[in-house]
This record gives sequence, structure tokens and C-alpha cells, in this order.
Amino acid sequence: MSAEVGRKINIWQKIHIDRPLLAGLLTLSTVGLFIIFSASGQDWDLIIRQLTRLGVSLGVMFFVAQIPPSFYQRWAVPLFIVGCGLLVGVLLFGVIGKGARRWIDIGITRIQPSEIMKLAVPIMLAWFIARKPLPPKISYSVWGLALIVLPTLLIAKQPDLGTSLLIASSGLFVLFLSGLSWRLIGGFVVAMPAVGAALWYFYMHDYQKNRVLTFLNPESDPLGAGYHIIQSKIAIGSGGIWGKGWLQGTQSQLEFLPERHTDFIFSVFSEEFGLVGILGLLSIYIYIVLRGMVISVRAQDAFSRLLAGSITLTFFVYVFVNMGMVSGILPVVGVPLPLVSYGGTSMITLMAGFGILMSISTQRKVFSG
Amino acid sequence: MLNWRKRVAIRDHLAEANLFVRRTIAALVVVLILVGSLVNNLYYLQVDKYQDYQTRADGNRIKVQPVAPNRGLIYDRFGRILAENSPFYSLDIVPEEVDDLEKLLAQIHQLIELDQDTVEDFKKDVAQQRRKFKPVTLKSQLTETETAILSVNQHKLGGVYIEARLKRYYPYKDLTTHAIGYVAKINQRDADNLELEGKSANYEGTFDIGKQGVEKYYEELLHGQVGYQEVEVNNRGRPIRTLSQQPPVPGQDLILNLDIDMQQLAKDALGERRGAVVVLDAKNNGVLALYSNPSYDPNMFVHGISSKNYKALLDNKSRPLINRTTQGRYPPASTIKPHLGLLGLEENLITTKTRIWDPGYYQIKGIEHKYRDWKSWGHGWVDIYRAIEESCDVYYYDLAVRLGMDKISDFMTQFGFGELTGIDIYEETSATMPSREWKYGRFRQPWYAGDTVSIGIGQGYWTTTPLQLATSVSVLANEGMHYEPRLLKATQNETGTLPVPPQDRPPIQVKSENNWQIIKTAMQGVVEKPTGSGHKAYSGVEYHAAGKTGTAQVINIAQDEEYDADKIAEKYRDNAMFVGFAPVDNPQIAVAVVIENVGGGGKNAAPVARTMMDYYFANYQEAKP
Repeated sequence: MSAEVGRKINIWQKIHIDRPLLAGLLTLSTVGLFIIFSASGQDWDLIIRQLTRLGVSLGVMFFVAQIPPSFYQRWAVPLFIVGCGLLVGVLLFGVIGKGARRWIDIGITRIQPSEIMKLAVPIMLAWFIARKPLPPKISYSVWGLALIVLPTLLIAKQPDLGTSLLIASSGLFVLFLSGLSWRLIGGFVVAMPAVGAALWYFYMHDYQKNRVLTFLNPESDPLGAGYHIIQSKIAIGSGGIWGKGWLQGTQSQLEFLPERHTDFIFSVFSEEFGLVGILGLLSIYIYIVLRGMVISVRAQDAFSRLLAGSITLTFFVYVFVNMGMVSGILPVVGVPLPLVSYGGTSMITLMAGFGILMSISTQRKVFSG
Repeated sequence: MLNWRKRVAIRDHLAEANLFVRRTIAALVVVLILVGSLVNNLYYLQVDKYQDYQTRADGNRIKVQPVAPNRGLIYDRFGRILAENSPFYSLDIVPEEVDDLEKLLAQIHQLIELDQDTVEDFKKDVAQQRRKFKPVTLKSQLTETETAILSVNQHKLGGVYIEARLKRYYPYKDLTTHAIGYVAKINQRDADNLELEGKSANYEGTFDIGKQGVEKYYEELLHGQVGYQEVEVNNRGRPIRTLSQQPPVPGQDLILNLDIDMQQLAKDALGERRGAVVVLDAKNNGVLALYSNPSYDPNMFVHGISSKNYKALLDNKSRPLINRTTQGRYPPASTIKPHLGLLGLEENLITTKTRIWDPGYYQIKGIEHKYRDWKSWGHGWVDIYRAIEESCDVYYYDLAVRLGMDKISDFMTQFGFGELTGIDIYEETSATMPSREWKYGRFRQPWYAGDTVSIGIGQGYWTTTPLQLATSVSVLANEGMHYEPRLLKATQNETGTLPVPPQDRPPIQVKSENNWQIIKTAMQGVVEKPTGSGHKAYSGVEYHAAGKTGTAQVINIAQDEEYDADKIAEKYRDNAMFVGFAPVDNPQIAVAVVIENVGGGGKNAAPVARTMMDYYFANYQEAKP
């Protein structure tokens, strides 16, 4: 092997950037910019703002990647406790927006603690499970479960059902990847309907119940909540195999679609690029997920493995939930399409997550022969 | 050797790694299954059902649109309309529907008048257009004739639409600006605020929002609740007809305490002079008149003020944009002598028997500097009555120094000086009630005895707004009862009228109720005794009024200089002030008048106050003295 190649690899290694992953993320973001441009009625302001946000997020990712995984492992517990404290703070004196308390005012700026928890929960669970040999004992797993339930309930109470379920799944993925016994997983699947019923009666607000009901039968409320899903399905369906072409989607350009450049951006994409475009987009997402899996399998210790695996799978859940909701197979829970939807603090969190993946991929302890 | 007695869990790293790989593969399988189900569903929508959805997209002609609620109207206390919604016609063009824009503009120009600026602005708007097929306004506020001509010719003008919109209109123009404020187009900052407060949905379809005055303060009451309608649209997305609707809930109407006639009277009385007039209903501090001169026409802002007009307003040396009644900071001058006198009585530093020799100046012991009386040869022997009636300065220099700044500061704050009055508009300053701490915080300097001397005649660091002065006089008139001034009298919707209760603050507690009487009698002397400084202005009135004049120095006059109005540039001339209430034994109205740079308060401000009081007693039945 020539020295030339060796040095090249070293540079990326040195700045702790995983090139294959970065390539996937950048491709995806570029696609996103094109669709936002179309969905917003060719609004350059929005593009510039999205680019700025992208720049900031990449900066955060870069920064996070510089920190070795052992640091996250050490700070797992304090981070988790602070996060939970902030969630309690939100419930007590949070700022109300859109009928929910999600922000907390810390003088200089407003922060959304649920965003912190998107990373704090998997880090905490990975730390907790990796303390003992794997697979974990059932009694130990139950403690892990408790660590998931606490923040989930706090966020569900805000109320922010979508985020709370995503955070719960990020924790559950750690348990799954750690080798939780299949029997327990089976029991869990059986118990889900019961949990669902409990949520329905004790935690869901009327508007959330409405969403579920309209989801089951959108045509029942074509003027209200169902309107979104119906218009979205028309947009996707009328895109056909090849799509109507960039900037040519009637559903989006004539403003039949709600939340065109944010949550429903996938409908715009589907209308303008058709099934062929969707398969292309899905390939990029699958590529990123596969790269994440490779990174996690190659990670050096249990903590890194579990964390990387959980981040990767959670990313996929975002994609699946968003695409599922706009195409009518999942309820509308208000989850953006990662890296393609316009805006959101969620992009920074997402990129921070990828920063952790890159840190795990590039910061390897060197064992002397 | 390892210690086998203690059970140590040995990690089998290889086994763990293998377990993880197996789990990851399992996860990958699930991922692929889920992706498969997504694709399967998308295939169903886009291939199997393509024809169906394609037809529905083409035939998609039904849109849900927000319907903005009608904004509540604003009336004065006698039901005269101060802010209404009137229809305006505007000429809109959808650029995408026009083949040759230049030709179309020329065509329109032949029909109606179009000046170059309008056309330039329009072209700029078209260039910056954010969304395709969105109409761009060429000319707003079409006249009736223009509307008629364009409507007749509309079939020849493809892409031209005439839109009727309800816009706010203020029939009394500049008369109500500083009290009512105005609405104008929702800008980015408003939009961000609405988003933050979770009100964005309610403002879909709303173009304007309250920017100042009552319009801003009561935005929530005035705005109402958005409605929705289902409309059929053409293939360009423009509505053709309404299919069904959920009507909006209109905003509430507001009835103000304001009396528009009194407002007009204040404007006329001030004439060309810069200044402010505040008239309060002394029984509850309802605001009868709140006028700041000069003012401006708020209707300009409703339709988007041109940069030329806006610059003219900004550059105007008389500063019409400032609401002098609540934002003007004026030294109170002698108008606060009654308040200080009350404090002197309360502290037993003076009684009605106390007399002071006024040689025409005052000196702090051991200091050379002479603080002059406005009457350079002095008032001679002065008691509290004469000190107020003739506005003796030396008496108050002495009293202020004996009281000390801490007591003055505490007591005057109870009258509302140095604090927001709580009036229902946001454009208000608290002005300054100085104190030891305030001066140190502001200038990093200690409070000097000389500072207190100036405070005795309402000069120095002390500033007040005309509304604070009126409120403080109302507190005096009501012997300590303190109500916040209120513009809003009642709200009204289809279910009825709801009066707004007055909002009170902690009343001023005195040791001797008689002290109030002493001060009121002295203030009555100001206008009723021949030697009183407000006597001339109030000669021949049919009711018993009480008041206090004030003449505020705008610049410092050097030790040996005489104030000579003729020699001094206008902007350095004295401010004329007057505060008063009537009737003395059953106060119903409190007034404060400030006129900038015109000279003495007795001569200039007191007549304006009298005009307001005369009008009140002539026109308000319940008020006959």
C-alpha cells in the first residue's frame, strides 16, 4: 500500500469525519433544498435560512465528533439527570406554544429539553446496559425499562406524543440490541395493545385522540383533520411512476397540501418525482442506515455499539414514521422528514447524533500489538 | 491468580460482539420489511390507483380557506365611531396570467390614472413575488369611478382582478391617533410573535394587526376568531364560489371613556402649539381626553405609509410621532408644589401657621450659590397658602431641603411619579422620580443638597408625563384614592355590553385628613384669589375649581442672567403647565395641560384647562356644580 493513500485516510481520521456517512448526509440535504425550493413556491429566503441551519448543524456534528465516546459514557448520568430536571421544569414553568408546554426560558434563549433527551436517553441506556455483561439479566432490563418510561411520560405530559414515542423507541432499541431475551420481546409485543389502551384513557388529549380517529377513517372529516391526509394521498398518488416534474406538482404549487415544506414535504417530493424518485430517496436513507450499522458493528466496546446502533435505528424510525404518516399508513404525529424537511431544532439534534456516530467510527483506541 | 471466591462476571467480548451482530441483522431485516411495506403502499397509491388520484388531482377544485373575522369597532363614550371597517377596492394582477405586462399596464393607464411611483413599486413587488399565481396589488384605494371603469372593462384585461377588502378607517384622523393608535400590515416580527404565542392559526386570513394605542393593547379583544370556508377554485387556484362555511366570530367592540368633542376642543385650544392635554373623570380616572399636539393621520399607516411620508414624519422637528401625553418627559415645575406641601404638613415640618421670609433667593447654609425665586424681589412673608397660590419658590426650596430627598422620593412615588400609570396603551414612559439610589445608579454620583433644592420646585432630575400629572391631581382631589387611568369604558358584542371596572392602587394614607383640605383650599386660591397665579385665566367661572400653575425651565439660567423670552431661541423658552380639578368639594374632572416653549403656565396653560372644564360643566348633565 502506498504512503499516499495512508495519509489521505489519516486526514479524515484525524478530523474525525466518517466520509461515507458525510457523503450520504450531504446528498440528502441537497435533495432537501431542491424540494423546499419547490414546496415553498420558490422562496429564496427559506433556502438561505435552511442553508444557515444546515451549516450550524454540520458545525455541531463536527464538534460532537471530536469528543471521544468515553466522554459520553462518563457524562451519561449527569446529562440524563439534568435532562429529566429540565423536563420537570418545562411542566412547571415552561413557555406555552401551540397549546403545549415544550420550551423553557433560561434568560438568554429558549430551550426544548425534549431535544436533549433524544440523545440523553440512548446514551444513558447504553451506559446502563453496558455496565453488566451482555445479554442483560431480565431483572436488570426491567430497571432499564424504568429509565425509559420516566422521560417518556414527562414528554407525553407536555403534551408531545410523537416525540415521547420516538424517545421511548431510542431506549428500547438499546435493550433490543443488547440481547434482550426474545421471550420478553414477545411478551412486550403482546402487552402493547394494553399499554395503548392505557395511554388512550389516561394520557392522550382530545386532539391526539382525534388524530388517531381521523387516521383510521380520514374521509370522516374531510374539512378538518382528514383534509391533510386526503390531500397528501392525492398528491402522492397523482405523482405516478415518473412524477410531474420539479416545480410542476399541482397539489403543492396550488397550495392544496398543508405544511408543504415541513412535515408534508415527502408528499411534494412524491408528486413531483414519482415512485422512481421515491426509490432513489429511500436508497439514500437505507445507505445511511447501513453505514450506521457498519459503524456500530465495528465499534470497540459495548457502550459504543449500543449507542451507535440505537442512533441509527432511531433515524430510520423518523424516516418511516414521516413517510408512513403522509402516505396514510400511520397517524399524523408531526415528525419531520430528517434532513429534508425545512427547519426545526430537530436538525441540530439529528446532526449531533451523527456526530456521535462519527466519533465512534473514528476515535478508536489503539492497542499495541 | 484470580480470586475465584468472589463471583466476578467475566465478559466474553467475542460472544457479546457476535450477539450484537445477530441483533443488528435482525433489526436490518425488520427495517427492510418496513421499507417494503412503505414501498408496497406507495406502489398501490402511485401505480394501482394512479388513474384515480390523477383524476382527483385534476379535479381538485375544493379548497378550505380561512375567513378573517371582522375587527371590533371602537366608539367614544357617546357612541360616536372612532375606528370602523370600510371597504376599499384594490386593483390586483396575477402576473402569470398576463402575456405582456407592459402592454397591460399601458392599457390600464388609459383607463385610470397611474403615476410612475405606483408602477415602479408594482414592478418591484412582481420581481420579489414569493409564490406563483399570487395576485400582486397594482393600486390600492381605488376611487368609486376607477372601480366602475375597471369593472366595466375587466373582460378585456386578462389577469386583472378587483378585490374588495375591509380596511380600518379612522374618521377623526389625527384627533385620535395617540389614544387609539392604528392597525397596519402584519410584518415578520408580528408573525414571529403570533407563532410564539400560538396564535398563528387564528390570524390566517388576517392582514392587519394593532400596532399602537388601544388597537394594540386590546388586539386580542378586537381581533375575534377565524372562520373557514370551502371554496371551489379554478385551475389557477383562484376561488370561484363558496360551497360551505363555518363563519368567523367577530371581535368585540370597544367603548372608550374618550369624548371626541373634548378631544377636538383640546386640539383647537392648543392650536399650533406643541403640547399635551389630559382630562380624567376624577371619579374613576376614565380618560375623557388624551391629546398630543401635533398629531398625524393614522390612516396613512393602515394602507402602508410611503417612505417619503414616513421620513417627513420622522424629520418633523415638532416630532408628531411622540405621544406627549404619556411619553413626553417634562419637569413638573411648580405643579407639584401641592403634593410637596402635603408631605410637609404630614411630616409636621410646616403648619398653616408656619411663615417663611422670602428675600427673592434661597441659600444653603455655608454655600455661596443663590437659588432664585421667579419673583426676583421676593414674596416677603409666606405661609403654605400663599406659597401655593403665588407659587413661591423660596418656601419650597426650604421645605424640600428640610424634608430630604428620601422622604420626597417615597411619598411622590405613591402619587405614581416615576412609575407607569397603568393606562391601557403600551406607549408610555415612567419618566423619572429621582432618588439617592437612582442618581448613583445613573451617574455614579452621590445626591447633593443642591439637587434637593431644585426638586422643591419640580426641576432638576425630576421628570413627569402629563398623564402622571393628571393622575396625581386626581389622587389629590380624591384625598388619596388612586385609580389607574383607563381609556376603555366597556366592551360590547351581540350578547351585550360589559363595563370595565376601574383598577385601583393602594390609596395614600395620611396622618391627618385635614391636610388634604388645607392643600385643596390653597389650590382653590390659585384660581379664585386675585393674587393667585391662575386667577386671570379662571375669572368669572361658575364652578369652584382648584389648580396649580407651573412654568418649567428648559435650560439653566446663569447666576446673573435674567430670563428674557424675546432674546431666547424658541426651543429654550419655558414650558407652560397647569394641573387642576373641579368642583373642589366633589371632584368630577381632573386636568393636566403642558404647552412647550411658550412661557408662563398661568398665562398659557391655565386657559386651556379652563376651556376643558367649562365644556365639561356645560355638557355633562350629572356634572352640574
